[in-house]
Amino acid sequence: MSKAPAGRMPPNRGLAKAPTGVQGLDEITGGGLPRGRPTLVCGSAGCGKTLLALEFLVRGATQFGEPGVFMAFEETGKELTENVRSLGFDLDDLVKQKKLAIDFVRVERTEYEESGEYDLEGLFVRLNYAIDSIGAKRVVLDTIETLFGGLSNMAILRGELRRLFRWLKDKGVTAVITGETGDGPFTRHGLEEYVSDCVIQLDHRVENQVSTRRLRIVKYRGTTHGTNEYPFLIDEDGINVLPVTSLGLQHTVSSERVSSGVPRLDMMLGGEGYFRGSTVLVSGTAGSGKTSLAAHFAAAACLRGERCLYLAFEESPGQLLRNMRSIGIDLEPSMKKGLLQFHASRASIHGLEMHLATIHKLVREFQPRVVIMDPVGSMTAVGTRRDANVMMTRLIDFLKIQEITAFLTSLTSGDAALETIDVEISSLVDTWLLLRDLELGGERNRVINVLKSRGMAHSNQLREFLLTERGVELQDVYLGAEGVLTGSARQGQESREKAVAMLRQQEVEGKQRERERRREALEARILALQKEFEAEEEEAMRLMAQVHASQEVLGKDREEMGRSRKSDASETPARSRKAPGGRK
Amino acid sequence: MTALAEPAGRKVAPAGAGDAEVWELRLYIAGQTPRSVAAFANLKKLCEEHLAGRYKIEVIDLMEHPQLAAGDQILAIPTVVRRLPTPLRRIVGDLSNMERTLVGLELRPAKSVK
Repeated sequence: MSKAPAGRMPPNRGLAKAPTGVQGLDEITGGGLPRGRPTLVCGSAGCGKTLLALEFLVRGATQFGEPGVFMAFEETGKELTENVRSLGFDLDDLVKQKKLAIDFVRVERTEYEESGEYDLEGLFVRLNYAIDSIGAKRVVLDTIETLFGGLSNMAILRGELRRLFRWLKDKGVTAVITGETGDGPFTRHGLEEYVSDCVIQLDHRVENQVSTRRLRIVKYRGTTHGTNEYPFLIDEDGINVLPVTSLGLQHTVSSERVSSGVPRLDMMLGGEGYFRGSTVLVSGTAGSGKTSLAAHFAAAACLRGERCLYLAFEESPGQLLRNMRSIGIDLEPSMKKGLLQFHASRASIHGLEMHLATIHKLVREFQPRVVIMDPVGSMTAVGTRRDANVMMTRLIDFLKIQEITAFLTSLTSGDAALETIDVEISSLVDTWLLLRDLELGGERNRVINVLKSRGMAHSNQLREFLLTERGVELQDVYLGAEGVLTGSARQGQESREKAVAMLRQQEVEGKQRERERRREALEARILALQKEFEAEEEEAMRLMAQVHASQEVLGKDREEMGRSRKSDASETPARSRKAPGGRK
Repeated sequence: MTALAEPAGRKVAPAGAGDAEVWELRLYIAGQTPRSVAAFANLKKLCEEHLAGRYKIEVIDLMEHPQLAAGDQILAIPTVVRRLPTPLRRIVGDLSNMERTLVGLELRPAKSVK
């Protein structure tokens, strides 16, 4: 079941209440109708008074173990049974089980002749008998105002009615009296003066060709109650009152992240994707790929084994499936497994409140973790922008409380400023992805940009948004000298620059080769010079050696010659030294 | 004031022979209240005057037989239901207004009423 909404009506400690079992009504009344007291349900014809009263009885009998008596003044038992059979209430069965007693009181003016004084003891007897026969704790009188039409003595009638309500109180049964709205503020004959403990008014309005049912608690003695009008709808389960969701911002938040289904998009969102329980808005012009992103998100959720509710207001499920298959997302297996549920309806078939109530019901029954609404702007078809805004606020609040991640798509019109959207919920959402078209060079390409994403570091870069057979792909945009380029312009520019780069590369290589060559040449020259130098050196060395050698030879020759000349001069000093007193 | 001596269910049918049609009247009461007693008395008187010898009055006390109230669609007490001759006619009240009662029972008030 849904989490208890914070801020719901505080349970009243003083007054005992009889729960109605009607979806949402017990929450608004803080527990149900006043026990042991009469409640007046008034409204114009066809508002759902009888249905509400009947549900009160039937649910009391089946869910709360309190048998009930239905005193019908307008429809026969048979008619009643037939009318509510479609809601799954089998009145015959309940009567058989003694959980319900139906007594049809026919008040036909032409049949009565009044002569003298009388009282309505007959009614009391019947009521008493019916109550005692099944031990009823709940009673419905629908519509006791027919008595006014049948009997002419007003004084007696009014006196008896007063007595009746006192009697009902004494009997301790919780009674629901229905009355039809007439000229008086509440009921045609002023029943409200007798029934003063609780008055509920039903309303069925048609605005802009759309009908909405509303319920209002006009009076409820002894309890604080919401005094607003609450929209409700009547569907195959009976009456469904829009519950009071917290309109205060008290809800728990999660730090868990969920993938968007597109890995590069996750990278743009701080690396991990959206926060669980947050609200994501994708806005863009027609055909920009919002639904594709939604489908990716749905597919990712189903892959994680989470239930996803897809509310489509423009395309039928079949169409969606087919279109998504063309980009490589097959949602049909998820649908078959029961993880993905589509709910497609034109926005204009209901009023806004009815949409809200329907969504509430779907969420309650299906318990998804992801809800996709595509597109959100269609709500303005059924209400003013302000009303649509209010409705979206309530919806987003409701989903946040349930910790359901919401994915909304919104259409921006091509000519309006790109950041205005039909329903100004941009301040309510946590993550806003903007899909834009860039027109350049004869074509339009899409770029995606994370306009905001609360609570995470997100990329501020534009990425080119491509729909391929493998799904959505994001590519870096090209920043050329002329600005942002996408699509074929990008490709053209890329190839141009590639060519230029290649050329430069070749140039560099060429230059390098040249340098190599020159170095080699230089080295060769050096080598040659060196060799030359060596050769010269050798030559010189040889020459020197020659000179040396010749000098040596010369010296030797001289020596020889000296020796051969027996030159004393050279020898005598030596000899004279040697021989003492020798000959000089 | 004649006390209602007859317990519920007992018919009061004076002898009548060769009746054109016998009127069957049912008087519903809820306990012996002054009003109920008055109604019975008035009814009896009326029948004696206009339907002498060809009527049957049945008194049903809803206090003792509450389940019979729904069958005949009894709302007000006292109620006289003319069961025969058909169609069904109902008069509510203590029948103190003789004229209305006669109109209600579709008894043409005899001009030569006593």
